[in-house]
Amino acid sequence: MAEEHKQIDPITGTATTGHEWDGLRELNTPLPRWWLWLFYLTIVWAIGYWIVYPAWPLIHNSTQGLFGYHSRDAVVEDLDALHAQRGPMMAKLGSATTAEILADPQLLDFARAQGRVAFADNCAPCHGAGGGGTKGYPNLNDDDWLWGGKIADIEQTIRFGARAGNDQGRQGNMPPFTGVLKPAEISNVADYVRSLSGLSTEAGADLAAGKKVFADNCAVCHGDNAKGNRELGSANLTDRIWLYGSDKEAIVDGIEKGHGGVMPTWDGRLSEPVIKSLAVYVYSFGGGEK
Amino acid sequence: MTQLEELVRQSEVKPATPPSPPPPDDDIDDIPLYAARRKIYPQSVHGTFRRIKWAVLLITLGIYYFLPFVRWDRGPNAPSQAVLIDFPNRRFYFFFIELWPQEIYYLTGLLVLAAIGLFLMNALAGRVWCGYLCPQTVWTDLYMAIERFTEGDRREHMKREAAKWTLETYARKGAKHFLWLMVAWWTGGAWVLYFADAPTLVKELATGEAPFVAYAWIGILTVTTYALAGHLREQVCLYMCPWPRIQAALTDEYALNVTYRYDRGEPRMSAKKAEQLKAQGQHVGDCVDCLQCVHVCPTGIDIRQGSQLGCIQCGLCIDACNNIMAKLGRPRDLIAYDTDLNIKARQEGRQPSYNLIRPRTLLYAAIIAIAGGVMLYTLATRDSEGISVIHDRNPMFVRLSDGSLRNGYTIRIVNKQLKSRDFIVAVDGLPSSLVDFVGLPPRADGRQLVSVGPDQTKEVRVLVTDYSDVPPAASTTVLFSLIDADSGAVAQVRDHFFGSERR
Repeated sequence: MAEEHKQIDPITGTATTGHEWDGLRELNTPLPRWWLWLFYLTIVWAIGYWIVYPAWPLIHNSTQGLFGYHSRDAVVEDLDALHAQRGPMMAKLGSATTAEILADPQLLDFARAQGRVAFADNCAPCHGAGGGGTKGYPNLNDDDWLWGGKIADIEQTIRFGARAGNDQGRQGNMPPFTGVLKPAEISNVADYVRSLSGLSTEAGADLAAGKKVFADNCAVCHGDNAKGNRELGSANLTDRIWLYGSDKEAIVDGIEKGHGGVMPTWDGRLSEPVIKSLAVYVYSFGGGEK
Repeated sequence: MTQLEELVRQSEVKPATPPSPPPPDDDIDDIPLYAARRKIYPQSVHGTFRRIKWAVLLITLGIYYFLPFVRWDRGPNAPSQAVLIDFPNRRFYFFFIELWPQEIYYLTGLLVLAAIGLFLMNALAGRVWCGYLCPQTVWTDLYMAIERFTEGDRREHMKREAAKWTLETYARKGAKHFLWLMVAWWTGGAWVLYFADAPTLVKELATGEAPFVAYAWIGILTVTTYALAGHLREQVCLYMCPWPRIQAALTDEYALNVTYRYDRGEPRMSAKKAEQLKAQGQHVGDCVDCLQCVHVCPTGIDIRQGSQLGCIQCGLCIDACNNIMAKLGRPRDLIAYDTDLNIKARQEGRQPSYNLIRPRTLLYAAIIAIAGGVMLYTLATRDSEGISVIHDRNPMFVRLSDGSLRNGYTIRIVNKQLKSRDFIVAVDGLPSSLVDFVGLPPRADGRQLVSVGPDQTKEVRVLVTDYSDVPPAASTTVLFSLIDADSGAVAQVRDHFFGSERR
């Protein structure tokens, strides 16, 4: 900036401020004074803010402010208000049976909304965000249910889990057959099982031998017709749904090592209304049985 | 002089009169960075433009204050207020029009119309908006009328303010601020009536049972109206409003502006001196320098300095000058809606011309016609039912135990009619498929009907199962049709059916 030299700008007839940058001069068009006072007022306002709200960081905490405002308290207040708002519907959910919830459209809507959130928090890690499942973790959208697909069955499985050490939970598992059956027998029975649902079998496989192995060892749980038994959670081997995969390698692996996937017990970990909401939500995926 | 300055000088539009002579060099150092406000005491005036302004004031404020009370019968399932912004139910009602939030694009259309309408006004006659229609102008006008009513016209007001303040001075000022606050309060009160049933809300406000937000908004608008119309007035136009700046960039030399015809007015001198000089055969101007044009100006400018930012072009100086000219027996319209081009034309002995129909005004009018036409057409032909579909994100498809594939969708059905309606949803595009609404039992006739309440939407989960022997492609386009079971009206939307694990 060159020396301060105020002058009249020849083009506009307005005085300059005296500031000049490489020949460019700043015109002095005075602002209204009230504008200046407003500016000072905002500064005073900011100081007021420092005093009444938490503002300046200190070494271990910060200035607390006269209002005692705390964002965590605000969250707690909001949550309390939310719980109070949901209170009556939650109480209704707690006292109604899942069948009654399904019959009441208003309650059903509420339960499904509640269930969607609870599912994402608790179930999605294993069963997937939409209940699509993955290897070893059942798809909850299809019509194949190891422990039953009626609303009461689903509720019981959620409440007490499967093979989770709960007396009321689902019991029964697939034992390992290594040592019990010879490798050739395992191979034959695997091919036989694949043939039940119309899958291709390996050339040279002895299906008759496999059928005999099945009758002697597997039918006790999976049934003579191989359609499974929901009391024991044994899979239907004649349909197109394979929890652990349908290729021969996977089936042989299952026979050799057994299966015993665990579904945790949710009783006591989730509240009564939330467990019912989850049952209703899972039921509404579309696979539920009447 | 630099080249740049020369260029700027050439491109300058010459002001009507040369700028006032620069102050002597000694004073330059005293020009402050912040200027104190000059108080303006606008004088009352009678005339054509004043009458137009009164009429506009009565009409616009009348609409604003009383429109919420106008009733419009829509039947039992909708409010009976002609104009209502119903936030809780997310509806906007305007007489026979009802808008849903997703039709907010009509607001875009309205904003286009408003902007181009503003441009058109500007191309025809400058700041018509500022001078007559702007809320700031209208309310300030009303506040100035109250001020003259309580504190007297310009001369009386100034005299009393300059003298020692008496009890009467305080009483008059008190009355003024009381009336101002009443108008401001009524302004805020009318505002909230657009957002709730007006008669009910008035009753609630009177008995102290209205929601807090209503009182809060009344308070906010009372403060802003009182501050902006009572105290800030022309400061809003000079320092806050962007339109004067935009307007200056948008205008052209053919737009009619409130113009002092200096070709006729100069040299200005008193009537007595003009007589003498005229007797000597010298040229005299019609302006007698009575300053009436300055005294009536609501922004306190001198129109004789030419077109300027502070001029809102309300035309009150035209009225004031015409009154004086009439008294002096000189021709009227020394100040009038005119252009600098016409002044130049008269000076050169040519006929003045008024080009209201120009490419610019035609273009603006065409845009207004097209935008307005499109809005009217879409409003008149829009559907009263709608369907939107969201495919399940996870899982994309489900294989059932018999090998068939199923896709899940969430559909939302919109019923914009004010009565309950039953809909059938059909899915086309798959060779053999089954559509199942989760949680909706089939009716006696076997059809699954979705019932949607009046003026409501309904979300339904739909499962579509493909039973065909041939596995469907990775993605098949399917068409969802929503059919009104009674009238047969149809709304359609496309989506996809995903299949095949080879994806």
